[in-house]
This record gives sequence, structure tokens and C-alpha cells, in this order.
Amino acid sequence: MSSLMTPPSDPPPVETQYLASPPTEDRGKATVPRPGSKMDIMATAQNRKATKPLETVPAGEQAIIRSERFSLYYGAKAGVKNITMDILPHMVTAIIGPSGCGKSTFLRSINRMNDLIPHVRAEGRLAVDGQDVYDKRTNLVNLRQQVGMVFQKPNPFPKSIFDNIAYGPRLQGVRNKGQLQHVVEQSLKAAAIWDEVKDDLKKSALALSGGQQQRLCIARALATRPRVLLMDEPCSALDPIATGRIEDLMEQLKTTYTIVIVTHNMQQAARVSERTAFFYMGELIEYDRTAKIFRNPGKKETEDYVTGRFG
Amino acid sequence: MDRDVTVALEPAAEASPRPLALTPGEDLLGFVGAYLGRALLLVVTCTSVLVVFLILVFVVLRSVPFLGGYDLTKFLASQDWRPTADDPSFGALTLIVGSIYVSVAALVFAVPVGILAAVFLSEIVSWKVRNVVKPVVEILAAIPSVAYGFFAILVLAPWLQEHFGFTTGTNALNAALILAVMALPTIISVGEDSISALGRELREASYSLGATRLETVVKVVIPAAHSGLIAAVVLGMMRAIGETMVVWMASGNATQIPHPWWDLSQSIRTMTATIAGEMGEAPDIGGVSHRSALFAVGVILLLMTVVLNVISEYFLSRAKKAAGKT
Ligand SMILES: Nc1ncnc2c1ncn2[C@@H]1O[C@H](COP(=O)(O)OP(=O)(O)OP(=O)(O)O)[C@@H](O)[C@H]1O
Ligand SMILES: [Mg+2]
Repeated sequence: MSSLMTPPSDPPPVETQYLASPPTEDRGKATVPRPGSKMDIMATAQNRKATKPLETVPAGEQAIIRSERFSLYYGAKAGVKNITMDILPHMVTAIIGPSGCGKSTFLRSINRMNDLIPHVRAEGRLAVDGQDVYDKRTNLVNLRQQVGMVFQKPNPFPKSIFDNIAYGPRLQGVRNKGQLQHVVEQSLKAAAIWDEVKDDLKKSALALSGGQQQRLCIARALATRPRVLLMDEPCSALDPIATGRIEDLMEQLKTTYTIVIVTHNMQQAARVSERTAFFYMGELIEYDRTAKIFRNPGKKETEDYVTGRFG
Repeated sequence: MDRDVTVALEPAAEASPRPLALTPGEDLLGFVGAYLGRALLLVVTCTSVLVVFLILVFVVLRSVPFLGGYDLTKFLASQDWRPTADDPSFGALTLIVGSIYVSVAALVFAVPVGILAAVFLSEIVSWKVRNVVKPVVEILAAIPSVAYGFFAILVLAPWLQEHFGFTTGTNALNAALILAVMALPTIISVGEDSISALGRELREASYSLGATRLETVVKVVIPAAHSGLIAAVVLGMMRAIGETMVVWMASGNATQIPHPWWDLSQSIRTMTATIAGEMGEAPDIGGVSHRSALFAVGVILLLMTVVLNVISEYFLSRAKKAAGKT
């Protein structure tokens, strides 16, 4: 199909294709970059933050997700209105804003998760890799495989832990037992839950605690090897230790993935993201480098919100 | 923003006018009230349980003379049902097989259709359509079975005879088809409930991993709802196996086991139809008699439905547990 389906270059062979970033143990080592990907150029950079090349927002052609005057309506009511923003690859973009301002709505628009809700209507353009996702000819299966999602509420399948993680790879036709085993282990390690579940992968995922279920869902999303990861308040049910590990994970993943995260936690947004978008009442108020949003916001509403003087 | 405005609450009363400890009077009233309420509910519950229990005892008691005085293996294994002959023989095998035969055949028709319909209603059509179709399907369950019986005799039987060249239109196929239609509302309604109860989260999880609708239904929705679907099928089967009027009218009532076994065009007879049809003419004499033999058949029928009921309860409670956890 379109450019959505495959990156311009050949992906590495399947064995190494899952989780290009190594599991937690060998974090220091270099990751396997996709040939031709931005990682190639960046491979020598020790500290990515120091050498961040992008000085302006938006950065035109480089955007992986492009929203142009995008609106989404639930019946007559607008969930988000007129959003224009470019989300850049290989970094973490945070979306912040008060409850009900449309953060989830926008995030779920990117992989067309709102399709299940009746009477939903989209306007404007929302493109991933140049492909308008609301175009009738969009291949939804490929879109969702490449744009993974972690939901606000953990939603494991009532299946075993193993089957939960293997669900995505199996859909993609992976049948080989050893290969599945490998993916499951790598994904669970990446999501910082391997140690807790490695002895009972056959156990029902529903028997896990809420926080464990959320990390399982993160692992499950990673197992399909998406290029973009949408995370809707992934840490709201986690303790500080697990939260820290998830944040480490994001730091690690963004070398190969693009991450968009919704969070109510200002410190988290400031810690993990390079770009921050502030939503208010369904509209995008301000979108800039995270440091600027938090230190020197351009709009009064943003300043009120990030300093906690809101309303 | 005017930050000086403070919302003033009434200050709390110094000494609370409502004491935290119960007075002895309140204590007694509460105790008696709870006691009486519980007693009342207990009586009501016990009465209904007792009625069911008494019916059971009655049927079992009336069958005791037969079960005690007749060769049980002959009763269960012989195909010879000649209750009114001079030398009567009470082999109930054809009746037992007949009941199971039409019920299973009915399920073979009803289960695929019922589950597909349940999936269709809960997954494919819009909420509006579902809210119209489901009550209509449930009304099918309220049509008296004698009306289905008329349909079986006056419409389906001639049609089967004409189009398939059967010697008789009132046969196992006819009964099974009608029973299937009668079991469908239960299967569709209970099945749809258990699929709808799953919620949107599970489907979203599946779609977000790149599954198609078919993959989502087959790999996630149906497995997650399997307890409820099994219960739906068992409930439908109970409806079929206990049904009397329709099988009496539609099955042809021949005491025989179809040969070859898959030949649905032959007439059969069920336990229910036999009891209903023969009870009136069976004299109430003591010992091993036609009447006590019919009660014994009733006991077998009871046992079968009790077992099915236990199975469906088991799966329904599992379905509830699964729905609660997700
Ligand atoms: N399924 C739905 N049907 C109708 N309206 C909806 C639906 N989901 C969300 N909305 C509306 O869209 C608006 C934005 O909701 P959204 O869930 O995107 O908010 P949010 O920013 O994610 O809030 P929170 O931080 O509480 O999760 C809200 O006003 C909400 O009422
Ligand atoms: Mg939300």
C-alpha cells in the first residue's frame, strides 16, 4: 500500500526485529539502528538531549504525525477542535491539559480508535507518515500495527500472560514457538514486569494487580513492534518505582520509536518529553519545546496550568 | 479573578445534636426490624423452594412402586414399550433416546444460528437495530408451544413431505426444526447478553494491536464470552428437552430408534410426549403399573434437566466472574 506500510528501507531480519532497543540489562550498549533511519545519524551521539538538532517547531517534512485543522466530533459535541500540530519522530511528545480537554480524544484519533464509538465524525486532516488516516483507503490493520497504544485503563485479554503478549505477533503470522517466546520475554523485560511474571506466564493476566496489568499492556503494545507508541496516562495506576521504570523505558524507546504520552503529572511531562502540547477545552493552546512550555510559556493559560494556578 | 471571596459554611454545632451511640429503644427496634425482615424473607423463600421440593418428592414417591418392583436394566435398556398389553413391557430406551435425539438435533440447528445471531447483534449492527431486534426475538419465546405445534403439523409437515419425499411429515426432523426455533430466543438473548457484557476495552485492545473485526470476534470476543455462550446453549437445550406439546404434535410418536441413526425423516417419540399422552388413560393401581412407569420416566426426565441446570449454573457463574474481573 502506501508509505504507511513499510519504512523506506528493509527492516532487519525478524529475529532481531523485535525491540530494537535492548532489554534493561544492557542499556549502555549501542542499539541496532534501522539503516537509513535517524538513528544512523545520531548513532554517535552519547547524549541525545545535548545534541537535539531541532530548534524550531513545527519542523515541516520531518513530522511523522501531522495534524492539520483536525477536529473530532462526538455527535454534535466537539471532542477536539481545529488541532494543528506536527509530532516529530524519535522523541517523546507530551500532551497535558485539564480533565475533559480532549487529550484522549486526540490520541485515540491517531490510530482511529474512535471508530468503535457511534456517531463520531472527523474533520480536517490527520496524517501518519503522509497517509491521511481518515482516508477511506487507509489500511487500518497496518496503521494500528505501526501506531501502538496503551490505554488509560489497563485492558488485558482474559487469557494467559503469554497469550496476551503473543497476540500481536501471532496476528502478524509469527507461529514459531521459540520466536514467540523470545518476543514475549523481550517485551516483558522492556516493560519492567518480567521479573514479576517470568515464573507463571501461563497464569491469567486478570490475576495481576492493576499496575502489573498496565505494564503488561505496555509490553503487549511493544510486542507488535510499532513505530509510534501512544500512551494515555500509562502511569496513573503505578507506584513511583514502576513509574520510574516506565519513564526509563520511554527514554530508551525513543531512539527507535516515536512516543506520544498523555499525562496529568507535570513533573513527568517535564522529565520525559522533548515537546509538550497544552490542550484546553478541546483546543491546542500551545505547543513547543518542553523546556519552553514549563519555563517560559507563551500563553497565559499555559502558564496558569503548569504553575498550578489554574481556574 | 477575585480570590478574596470565601464560601462560608455553617460552623459545626458545638455538641452534636445527633448522638453517635444508639439509645436502647433504637437498638431494640433495629434488632427486631432486622429479625422480622429476615424471617419474612426466609418464609417466602422457603415456601417457593418447598413447593418445588414437594413436586419432586411427589414424582419420586409415585415412581417408587415401579422402580422397586421392575427390572431396572430392562426399563433403561429395552426398546419394548407395551404398557397396555396383557403382558405389559416397560422398556423406556426408545423414549429416552427419542428425547435426546430431537434435542441434540435441534441444537445442531440452533447453536450455530443462535451464536452467529448473537455475535451479529452485539458486534455488527448498530445499537438502535439491536434494541429493536432483540425484544422481537425474545417475543418468540412467549409464543405458546401449541401454536408452534399447529405450524409443525399444518405447514412444516406437508412442506417436508412435498419437497423431500418423506413418507410422513411428522418426524424427528420436523420436531427438531421447531424445537430449534423455540430454543433460538434463549440462545440469542443469553448469548448476546454475555457478549455485550464484555465492554469496549477488550475490543479496543484487540483492534489497537492490528486485528481485524473477524480476528477480534474469533480470538477475543467469543473466547472471553465462552462461559456465557455455553450457558446459553445449555439453557436452550433444557427448553428443548422439557418441551412437550410441540414434540407430541410434530414427532410422529413412533416408539422406535431411527435406523440408520442419522435418518431424521423417521418418526420418534419422546419421554415428555409419552407422559402427556398416556397419563390420562393409565389407571391408578398400585405396584408396577403403567402409571407408576410413567412417573419413573418423569424421574429420568427430571434428573436430566437437573444435571443440565447445574451445568448451566456453573458456566453462568463463571461468566459472571469473568465479566467482573475485566
Ligand atoms: N465516547 C464519548 N462519547 C461522547 N463524548 C465523549 C466521549 N469520550 C469523550 N467525550 C467527550 O469529549 C471531551 C474530551 O474527552 P477526553 O476523554 O478526550 O478528555 P481527556 O482530556 O482525556 O480527559 P481525562 O484527563 O479526564 O482523561 C469530553 O468533554 C468528553 O465529555
Ligand atoms: Mg483521557
